[in-house]
Amino acid sequence: MEFFRSHVLVCSGANCSLKGSRGVRTAFVEEINAQGLDKEIKVIETGCFGLCEEGPVVVVYPEAVHYCRVDPQDAKEIVREHLAKGRVVKRLLFKGDMELPGVQTWQQMDFYSRQKRVVLRNCGLIDPDNIDEYIARNGYEALGKALSAGPDKVIEVVKKSGLRGRGGAGFPTGLKWDFTSQAPGEQKYLVCNADEGEPGTFKDRLILEGDPHSVIEGMAIAAFAIGASQGYIYFRGEYRLSIDRLRNAIEQAREYGLLGKGILGSGFDFDIDIRVGAGAYVCGEETALLNSMEGKRGEPRYKPPYPASVGLWGKPTCVNNVETLANIAPIILEGAEWYVNIGPKGCPGTKVFTLTGNINNAGLIEVPMGITLREIIYDIGGGIPNGRSFKMAQTGGTSGGCLPEALLDVPMDIDSLEAAGSALGSGALMIMDDTHCIIDVVRCLLQFFCHESCGQCTPCREGTRRLYELIDKIARMEAVEEDVSLIKRLARTMEDASLCGLGQTAPFPILTTMRFFPEEYKAHIEEGICPAGVCNARSHIA
Amino acid sequence: MKSLDELRQLREKAQETIRLREQAGGIRIIVGMGTCGIAAGAREVMLAIVDELQKKNLDDVIVTQTGCAGLCEKEPLVEVLRPGEPKITYGYMTADKARAMITSHVVNGQIIGEYVVAKEDDVAE
Ligand SMILES: Cc1cc2nc3c(=O)[nH]c(=O)nc-3n(C[C@H](O)[C@H](O)[C@H](O)COP(=O)(O)O)c2cc1C
Repeated sequence: MEFFRSHVLVCSGANCSLKGSRGVRTAFVEEINAQGLDKEIKVIETGCFGLCEEGPVVVVYPEAVHYCRVDPQDAKEIVREHLAKGRVVKRLLFKGDMELPGVQTWQQMDFYSRQKRVVLRNCGLIDPDNIDEYIARNGYEALGKALSAGPDKVIEVVKKSGLRGRGGAGFPTGLKWDFTSQAPGEQKYLVCNADEGEPGTFKDRLILEGDPHSVIEGMAIAAFAIGASQGYIYFRGEYRLSIDRLRNAIEQAREYGLLGKGILGSGFDFDIDIRVGAGAYVCGEETALLNSMEGKRGEPRYKPPYPASVGLWGKPTCVNNVETLANIAPIILEGAEWYVNIGPKGCPGTKVFTLTGNINNAGLIEVPMGITLREIIYDIGGGIPNGRSFKMAQTGGTSGGCLPEALLDVPMDIDSLEAAGSALGSGALMIMDDTHCIIDVVRCLLQFFCHESCGQCTPCREGTRRLYELIDKIARMEAVEEDVSLIKRLARTMEDASLCGLGQTAPFPILTTMRFFPEEYKAHIEEGICPAGVCNARSHIA
Repeated sequence: MKSLDELRQLREKAQETIRLREQAGGIRIIVGMGTCGIAAGAREVMLAIVDELQKKNLDDVIVTQTGCAGLCEKEPLVEVLRPGEPKITYGYMTADKARAMITSHVVNGQIIGEYVVAKEDDVAE
């Protein structure tokens, strides 16, 4: 073993990479070599820490000091000051922390200390390209435990844990596994849905980049439970880094015999292949995804039959989201009881959110289900920047709802958000300040749906276009009272008659905003005024 | 890998490489790395410590550096903190003394009296 007195972890997640973390890493290595410290200090590329807004992020151990917005020059300074002389470079600490008398560890910072990291347990802590580091953190122990417990016991534990799918629909995972396991047929498949097309969502990407083995282990356990010998990960095409990391991780797992024939000396065979999508939102819908994998047009299928009985190439198939699968190993290791006790009844566990928009600490967070929207925005997110005030939060992505200030204390879990008229969805959380016009925002969202509707069924293909035209009419101050009831009728038809979730939920943003911001609609329709001063008579081209 | 036992053996080895990031909270060695320390040879002392820990496979020892402690005369200074024991500061360290200190103090808990320049209690008074 090589002993290093210090580890420098440089974030290589998508956001920090865009901000130049590769160059920062190179600068560290160069300066460490120049100072002759290379025998004592190791530089490691790691996954996302979550504080993307303040990237590139670097953490130096053993002190666990968290540096923000590090550029290559800063990296050299950290080497000369901190690593050579033990003097923390205070000017590179997180905003408020520079004034603190001592230096806190990253775990002590407000942004992290309020989180609960189950899915992100290894993100920012290990080298995702090194299976040994995953194993060091108890990796693949859960797989071993599952293999000796047997499939029925595994399904029972996951059922008892109350885990619900994190891909948006919130279906109980144990139940889905049970259906697939019960379905008649020799050949079954497990598919990991990594399409992640929801605007403002990038959690699956950062999980895959930061801790690929957590998903592979979850897949192996799921496959064992349902009786599948082959698994697939269906990636969003743009996720190059995730794909590379997964390829490498699959290779390493095969080398160790954690994928392949007779895993860990058991009779269980399982392997994983990668499939890459071509960039359609609808291909995240599980049956469109299966069609796309089969080389057909990415259009949703009629349901029932559900994939659990008739899925990929007509065989029983379980489709699970990345985050759902990353929850599995901890549940198997810690037990259902432990999981149920995190978060509220009926919707236990944690949720990974992507925090974007007008918020100080934009990034990736993981919190217990049921934490309030207010806590996320003000305690973890650091509030609204530029002295502006909060106007609305869109939860659940484009097809979620827009919540006003009066609902800031809503608990963030599947059931509470649904009761409040919104959705948890995949965990996109976009915060908007008072410079935004509701009508303008909704128009953007509807433009997205027009573009992404696959065109297969009429209610969605026509409905999204007509809804867009109606909201555009409001934005142009040309709408009349009757248009409001037309919108409502059209919305109901789409919800009832569309083939898949895309058309069924496309009216959501318009309906929730009509409910929560009626005065803003009224101003546009009756008074011809845009209170935020955004809309004018110009037409928006869809 | 053919069994869970093999996985666990591998894990034990792998844990050594990341222990530093998990703040095991074991013994800490702090080397004075101010200009004065470096001028007096703290770099050689540091290298010797890292090398010796590696040879002895002492992966739960945390090594950090600090700036000038105001005792420039006695540099290179090395502090050793064993949990539950007073802090010991060694002065006029060299690479050889550092290696001896690790064998005696870090491994066996025997302070090398002749190198000691301060004990925590003294400092407090
Ligand atoms: C239009 C549309 C897009 C979807 N996109 C995704 C996606 O990108 N990722 C995902 O996991 N689920 C997506 N879903 C949900 C999937 O159909 C499915 O419910 C999910 O993958 C099941 O996994 P889970 O039970 O683990 O959540 C989408 C659904 C619809 C209707």
